[in-house]
Amino acid sequence: MSQLLLDVNGLTMRFGGLVAVNGVNLKVKNRQIVSVIGPNGAGKTTVFNCLSGFYIPTEGSVMLKNQQIAGLKDYQISRKGLVRTFQHVRLFQKMTVIENMLVAQHRHLNTNLFSGLLKTPNYRRLEKDAMEHAAHWLKEVRLLDYANREAGNLSYGQQRRLEIARCMVTQPELLMLDEPAAGLNPNETKELDELIISLRDEHEISILLIEHDMSLVMGISDHIYVIAQGTPLADGNAEQIKGNPDVIKAYLGEE
Amino acid sequence: MSEFSLYLLQQLINGLTIGSTYALIAIGYTMVYGIIGMINFAHGEIYMIGSYVTFIVIAGLLGMGIVSLPIILVIALVVAMFIASTYGWTVERVAYRPLRGSNRLIPLISAIGMSIFLQNFVVLAQGSRDVALPPQIIGGWNFGDPSTFEVSLSYMQVLIFAVTFISMTLLTLFISRSRMGRACRACSEDLGMTNLLGIDTNKIIALTFIVGAALAAIAGLLLGLYYGVVNPFVGFIAGLKAFTAAVLGGIGSIPGAVLGGLILGVTEAMTSAFFPSEYKDVVSFGLLVMILLFRPSGLLGKPEVEKV
Amino acid sequence: MTSSKLYNAIFAAGIALILACLMIGVKLDTDSSVLAVKGATAEQWIWIAVGISVVFLSQLFSAQVDALFGAIPKPNFKAVLPQEKKMAVLKPWLISAVIVGMLIWPFMVSRGTVDLATLTLIYIMLGLGLNIVVGLAGLLDLGFVAFYAVGAYTYALLSQYFGMSFWACLPISAGLAALFGFLLGFPVLRLRGDYLAIVTLGFGEIIRILLNNWTSLTGGPNGISGIDKPTLFGLEFNRRAKEEGAMTFHEYFDMDYSSSYKVIFLYLIAVLLVICVIYLINRLMRMPIGRAWEALREDEIACRSLGLNRTAIKLSAFTLGASTAGFAGCFFAARQGFISPESFIFIESAIILAIVVLGGMGSQMGIIFAAIIMTILPELAREFSEYRMLLFGLLMVVMMRWRPEGLVPIKRPNLELKQQ
Repeated sequence: MSQLLLDVNGLTMRFGGLVAVNGVNLKVKNRQIVSVIGPNGAGKTTVFNCLSGFYIPTEGSVMLKNQQIAGLKDYQISRKGLVRTFQHVRLFQKMTVIENMLVAQHRHLNTNLFSGLLKTPNYRRLEKDAMEHAAHWLKEVRLLDYANREAGNLSYGQQRRLEIARCMVTQPELLMLDEPAAGLNPNETKELDELIISLRDEHEISILLIEHDMSLVMGISDHIYVIAQGTPLADGNAEQIKGNPDVIKAYLGEE
Repeated sequence: MSEFSLYLLQQLINGLTIGSTYALIAIGYTMVYGIIGMINFAHGEIYMIGSYVTFIVIAGLLGMGIVSLPIILVIALVVAMFIASTYGWTVERVAYRPLRGSNRLIPLISAIGMSIFLQNFVVLAQGSRDVALPPQIIGGWNFGDPSTFEVSLSYMQVLIFAVTFISMTLLTLFISRSRMGRACRACSEDLGMTNLLGIDTNKIIALTFIVGAALAAIAGLLLGLYYGVVNPFVGFIAGLKAFTAAVLGGIGSIPGAVLGGLILGVTEAMTSAFFPSEYKDVVSFGLLVMILLFRPSGLLGKPEVEKV
Repeated sequence: MTSSKLYNAIFAAGIALILACLMIGVKLDTDSSVLAVKGATAEQWIWIAVGISVVFLSQLFSAQVDALFGAIPKPNFKAVLPQEKKMAVLKPWLISAVIVGMLIWPFMVSRGTVDLATLTLIYIMLGLGLNIVVGLAGLLDLGFVAFYAVGAYTYALLSQYFGMSFWACLPISAGLAALFGFLLGFPVLRLRGDYLAIVTLGFGEIIRILLNNWTSLTGGPNGISGIDKPTLFGLEFNRRAKEEGAMTFHEYFDMDYSSSYKVIFLYLIAVLLVICVIYLINRLMRMPIGRAWEALREDEIACRSLGLNRTAIKLSAFTLGASTAGFAGCFFAARQGFISPESFIFIESAIILAIVVLGGMGSQMGIIFAAIIMTILPELAREFSEYRMLLFGLLMVVMMRWRPEGLVPIKRPNLELKQQ
């Protein structure tokens, strides 16, 4: 029984009187692809926001590698190895692709004022390493040729890949993708498919994903959670979910 | 009652008086912020202009030989409100409307420029020195013990309370009962949606500025009469104080602006009772910083939730 | 002429009439202790009429006016400057030429001109410092003058009470200003943009009020006078040495005393300080912290999701900007020999902000350019000094409408990935 990478119990988020997330439970093991699906407005992004620290959950426990992270701030959680992408791609539009990748490695660089001003050997080495690391990941997502282009000038599909590469360069353990396939054509979706699988298999991280594209979800998920109106509805593997009458009743029909 | 408590009572009265006027000015800030999310930096100067217009009208009418005080005040009030509203409308039209939609910094800088412009416009038009008006409303009630401490409640102060109270009531009725008021509330909830519903949001925004300016003019009249003196630079500090009051009460909330104004006024009065009076400004700003640190949504405001 | 245009024009003229009449048309005057209202002079009425006609006509012909303004080309420096590749080669030569020119120039012009140049250099320093905060990190600071004051008073007090030299006080002033920046920034930097602006404004006012009233320490409204000028390795630039046994500059070099030496010396110090600041900022923009500032300005939420601590990053910008102001303040006190709270009012913050905004937030060249304009124009247009502040306010409004990105939009130093 592999140790749980992410163990979420009773996650609840209340905004005043509105209960957006109600007692959600999730478990993600190492090297797993887990999907979270549900009708629109089910609260899936809110779950992500709670897990990543953007919101402080009202109740519940979130354990990342046996460490409680519920209540920590977003940048603290990110440093612990949980990173996420956004529904609407959030790149630094006016900065180049390579600069986006460097900003993501901020804490791995020498940020000491004097080291930078004097260009000490340590500072230069860390910058060089960061560049190489960035180049490596850009090659993985096939954006190396665009390294010096402004991020805002990339196509939508390329921007999505850049966002994922930017997350990967922070050396995470768990990558959360919020509707990564939205707006992609079938070809790009297939490439995304392969990318996610390679992230799990070759780079040995786990992926938690919110998606509406059922073919993607059913095709690559090791485990699926269904949430409707903020409440857990069902969970299981693809076969179990496909046949679950509650799920079908809730919304299944997008193929 | 002891001398000390009489003294405190006096400070309380003074504080509430000033606080009421802060409240009037603060409403202008809070309404504009509630609707377009912008601090109207030039609002303080509108108040100052209201004061000047009041002085001009009163001096003019007195010079013409009119002696009936109520008539003078009413005419001054109407003219001041009219002129100030015109200025308010123009500022919005010229300096803010064309810049809506750009990032936050740009309209704010434009607003600062407008504030400097108006201030110096008045300097050029009326001179930068103090202009004094002989007190028009004299006298009041005194109570307490003449041998220890007498608390005085001047007629001017009563007038300020009364006018403020009436203005607030009328405003509240307007906002809650009238169609335009409803539109104002809708705009401050969701400007985009209101627009889509077919309401001319530009008109509503302009109305907000006009109402705010009118209230500031009332404050200008009241404070001008109360202090008896005005100069082109009173708008700056008054504006900051009023903004503090608006934030204190919860920006976007009109009752909040009133509450904030009163609290600020009383705090200032109490401070100047025990410390040198120059430091009361320090206390006001300190209060602003405290509120923004510990309860940025203010006393009556709703905490805002960021969405991703 | 459509009737709606005519209606608009009449409406606008009517508004102008209302606005103008009661403010310019009548004047409050104290006629032997009685407040009276005087009508405007005939000349003023003419000006009002002219103003109203301008408004009327510009509204009536608004389409043509817009076209006219649209036809005014926005200054396109790209067309003027040579191409990038050539620039890269030319740049070191250009910079050397400029530096050499700046060093030689003061010996050829009048003392007053050099003095003006020194003032300009101070504003350049202040503008560059505020640029870090506003232009690079995107934080609107309206109380920048407070850090300027801290720097100035630090040197003034240390020099007065402990006799410390200018050079020793420079880093101390910068450090103390940085500390104030840290203390102020720490609690307030997480506030939203406009709130931050007001709070910093309030802080600037608090500092001024404290300086004005803490008479025992700061001399109150009278300020501190008799501040020592900087020395060149101990050589003083006065007519007679202040201290026992100290040498004056002209004595050492066996020359006649001339006050020009002092002025030129100050100018050269200013040049040195500005060069340091420019170098510092250029380095910062290419370091991780500079990239973080820009990223934070672009998308704060993305930064947070990548593990960047936005408070720490904002704080670094704020503190560095403050220390630059402290630097400038120390020099200001040394140059003036006398400081008072009057020099540190809100308008100064607004002027420095205007320099940053005019110059193009983030663009160093633009800010230098804007600082020069802002300092020199009032000198050239002495007759209009009454209207100076009025035009200043108007300029800010107009710039925001016409060219908010500033005169010289920033050309980002992009980090390039060199392909193997």
